[in-house]
Order: sequence, then structure tokens, then C-alpha cells
Amino acid sequence: MDILVVLEDNRGVLHRMSREAIAGAQKLASNMNLSVGALAIGENADTLANEVANTNMQEVLVVKNELVASYNADGYAETINQVIEQESPKIITVGHTYQTRDYFPRVSAKLDIPFIPDIIGVRLGDDPVFNKQVFNAKLAADLTAEADQVLISFQSAAYSEDEIESGKPLIREISVNLDPSLIRSESEKPFQEEAGEIDLESAEVIVSVGRGIEKEENIPIAFDLAKVIGGEIASSRPVVDSGWLPLFRQIGSSGQNVSPKLYFALGISGAIQHVVGMKGSKNIIAVNKDSDAPIFEIADYAVVGDLLEIIPKLTDALQAEKD
Amino acid sequence: MKIAVLIKQVPGSDSALPLTGDGTWIDDSLITFVMNESDNYALEEALRIREKINDGEVVVVSMGPDRVQRVIREGLAKGADRGIHLEEDGQIETDPLCIAKSFTSVLEDENFDLVLTGLQSDDTGMGQTGILLGELLGMSTATLGIETDIQSDTIRVKRELESGWFQWIKLPLPASVSIQSGINQPRYPSLKGIMGAKKKEIKIVAQSEHRPDTKWQSLNRLFIPQTNKQTETLNGDADTIVNRLVEILRSDLRII
Repeated sequence: MDILVVLEDNRGVLHRMSREAIAGAQKLASNMNLSVGALAIGENADTLANEVANTNMQEVLVVKNELVASYNADGYAETINQVIEQESPKIITVGHTYQTRDYFPRVSAKLDIPFIPDIIGVRLGDDPVFNKQVFNAKLAADLTAEADQVLISFQSAAYSEDEIESGKPLIREISVNLDPSLIRSESEKPFQEEAGEIDLESAEVIVSVGRGIEKEENIPIAFDLAKVIGGEIASSRPVVDSGWLPLFRQIGSSGQNVSPKLYFALGISGAIQHVVGMKGSKNIIAVNKDSDAPIFEIADYAVVGDLLEIIPKLTDALQAEKD
Repeated sequence: MKIAVLIKQVPGSDSALPLTGDGTWIDDSLITFVMNESDNYALEEALRIREKINDGEVVVVSMGPDRVQRVIREGLAKGADRGIHLEEDGQIETDPLCIAKSFTSVLEDENFDLVLTGLQSDDTGMGQTGILLGELLGMSTATLGIETDIQSDTIRVKRELESGWFQWIKLPLPASVSIQSGINQPRYPSLKGIMGAKKKEIKIVAQSEHRPDTKWQSLNRLFIPQTNKQTETLNGDADTIVNRLVEILRSDLRII
């Protein structure tokens, strides 16, 4: 095949961003007249292959070597290296997940081919031009590969899994030759630090707190608003790093992905790591003192002002409406 | 224990980002530069590892034009032992493989036990240099380190996974590990440190001595992103804003 999508095993199920990568690959393929295939690795490879068995692809390759039964960077990098050498795809795509960041550069160095990461779109011409956010999403860049093969990863929500075309791929088991000495790292079992009893992903309304809340004593301002509009509290990373809110409330690349009916962003600048986790929200109201804050780029309502003054007044006004 | 910390100098988060006339990069002369955020955490982690084992050397390594010597000095002032400056003439390189090969050619004879980098740079955000370098130097690698535990010939790294999950991973040395922001509380340089930094060595390597002839990817153009989102801006005094917000929540969004 011409475009290979590497599927990610997300604790036994297909990672959401692998579906988006399939949608992206299919779009590229139909525009460039290329064929698509997928690769499933590890002890859950059959499950993953099954999950994509009704999508429009030429074939799904399955690798079940016991050294890559579960994820490890050494084994994955070498497996994909060998599959690329065997199958010679021109473009190898994945979702830009934490796992991708961990081993895809290794593949790039092994094969001496470029890895263009975290792209938000592709412009087609003689050669595809990959579009990436840079400088914390304040600017965008056009990138091109200077090689015959290229590794690319798609940013979360760059393509929608709703766009996946259906079809019937062949399933083909292939083997790779891995030596046990290759695996140098020892991975312990993944764990959750604090189990969240809050299901942010199904919340209709989210009030999210960023650095602009200034200090821990101001956090109740957000809770008061959330209470009156029936929302859940979430936050950006700096607030969690400061210990003002627990990790399970964090939204973004290292936290949860949400798409509520209303996302109320209080004092959130809109760093890309946060935005990837909430840009699918149906409506975004952002409050920030800085009129240039990147969050305003994706907001439906941009409130330029001091949240410490506005939000308590808003809470009072909404309470008065209810009473 | 020899530890290298790769540090990038990037525009500060408040800096304006004017484009150059041809739109291929930003105009360096109008920008305030700082140490890349996650690199600062990587440096702090290196200093703590050296302090914990009470032995070893921390070397700060940076690539770029002359201005990057400021972040090297900052690293030396915080306690690093020496610096290496890979010079770049003109516009900085953005191709991760090209950058990693430059670092590889300069660092391979140093035989570092540990290379620490920030997770990604705040300019191009490619997030690859340390891992590429690790692979090119035959090191084991890990990313998104949020805690480390150094032993004599291994390092345990607590990695951040997605959605609040973590995983400990043990790597044999030599290893290259990328560090996530928030892993520690970076120190400020002391006055004594600042004075002492002036006497510390910075080795300078000319571009012709490290830069490969090939390129693997190119950044052809920068531009200001266009949004097709219709945004209503609310400003003015707090009462005006609050009245409009209540209306939006009631009529437009039907939240209340």
C-alpha cells in the first residue's frame, strides 16, 4: 500500500485518534490516487484489526510478535522500521498521541526519513504541503518532506472519524524479526494517580479555570459559577501543576478530551496543549484580560476583561434570574 | 555521571512575533528570547541528579546564533559545569533530523551517560530532538518524564501517559530522556552562581563543523492562522458584559 496507518492500542481498544488518522489517510489517498493500509501490533492486534474491518482500506496488517505484545519504544520502533522496509509505503501516518511522540522519532532516525508531527491539514499540489501550528499556535507553518517517504502525525481533531469511508480490507498477518536483546527498557504497569469520580467527557457544561484565576483563593469563583449554570469544573495544566485542582480535572493533551455544549474558559490563554482537548466544544465563551490571547481564536464569545470582577457579578445575575 | 542538557532559546510567551519580509521566519531582531520552558525543567532535573549522587558533570548544550550564549550562561549560573555552543549562521534550522545530526556529531565523542531535553520547543514544537539523538547515539530513550530515579547504571522514569495515566519505565544508561514541564521547581541563579558562570568554559563549534549537507524536511512559510469562526467580542465595563452574557446564556445557548 501507499499510505500506512499505524493503529494505537489504547488499553485494549483502538485509540480515538487512530480513527481520525484513518480518515486523514483516506482523504489524502483519494486526492492523490493512492491506496491505504493499516497496521495493528501486539496482543490486542486482532481486536484492533476488527475495529477497522469495515473501513475503506486495501488491507490491515497484523503483527503478533511477543516482544511487542504490549507497547515499548524499542520494540515498536524496530517493528515499524521492518514493516516499512517490507511494504515500502510512501506516507506513514498516526495520531499525534503521547505514544507517537515516544517512538516515532526513533523510526525517523532508524530509516533516515523525516517525521512531520502534529499536522492540522494537508494542501495538495505536486507534493503535499503539511500545515502545522507553531509558536504555541500563534502562527502556522507550511512544511514539506525532502524525501521519498515521510512519517506524519495528525493533531487531535484534524480529521473527524465521522468522515471515515467504509469498505472491506483484507487482513494479512505478517512477521517481524525481533531479537530479545533489542528491548532494553523494562516497563511497569500503567496506573492512575487519582481516580476521578467526575465524568468530564459527558458533561454538558464545563467551567474551566486557567492561570488567569491568579491564586488558589479565587478558585471558588469558578465553582460558584459552575453551580449556578449546572456545570463541572475543569482546568488547564498550570492550575493542576500549582496544586489548586486535582489532575482528573485537567483538559488537554495530558488530560481529558471534552466536547460539551458549553465550555466556559476562565483565564485560559489557549496554549495548544489545552486547546487540543476542548476545541470540539459546541460553544466556547472565553474570558481573558489579554485581547491577544490565542483562546479567542477559537472562542464563539470573546470576553475581554477581568474575570475576577466579571464572573462574581455574572454568578449573582444568573442567581437572580433563577430566584 | 556525565549529563548533557539540550537547551533551546525561544521567543518569550509575551514577545511579539513579527514575520520577516519574505515570510519564511520571524524577525529575530524584534523578539525577546528566553530559555525554552520544558528545557528549564530538564536542566533543573540534571542539577538535582548530580546533587543527589554527589558526583558528575552537567553540560548545557545549545544551538543557534550568538544570542544563545545567554541561555548557556544562565544554565552555568544555575550550576551547570560547562557549555557547548553549536553555532548557526543566519536563520536557525528547523528540520529535526538535521538538528539531531548536528548534536550527534558534536556529542558522540563526549560519551554522556544521560541526555536530558525538554519535551518540545515552544517555537516549532517538533518534540523530537532528544529521541532522534538517543537513537542516533544508540541510547535507550523515554519521553514525558515527570519524575526520575537515578541508579548507578539505570534510570527509572515516571512517564506521563494520556488521560491521567502514568507508567514507570527502567532504562539502562546511556539514555536520552525528555522532560515534561512541572517535574520540579526550577531554581533561580544565585549572585555567586552568576559571577562564577563568567569563568566557566563554553566550547564553540562552528556551523561548518556540525551541520549535515542534507535536509529531510523544510519549513517553507510562516503565516498568521485564519479562523473561519465567527467570534463576538464583548468588552466595556463589567455590567455591560454581564448583561450580554446573561442574554447569551439564556437566549443563544439556552443554558439557563
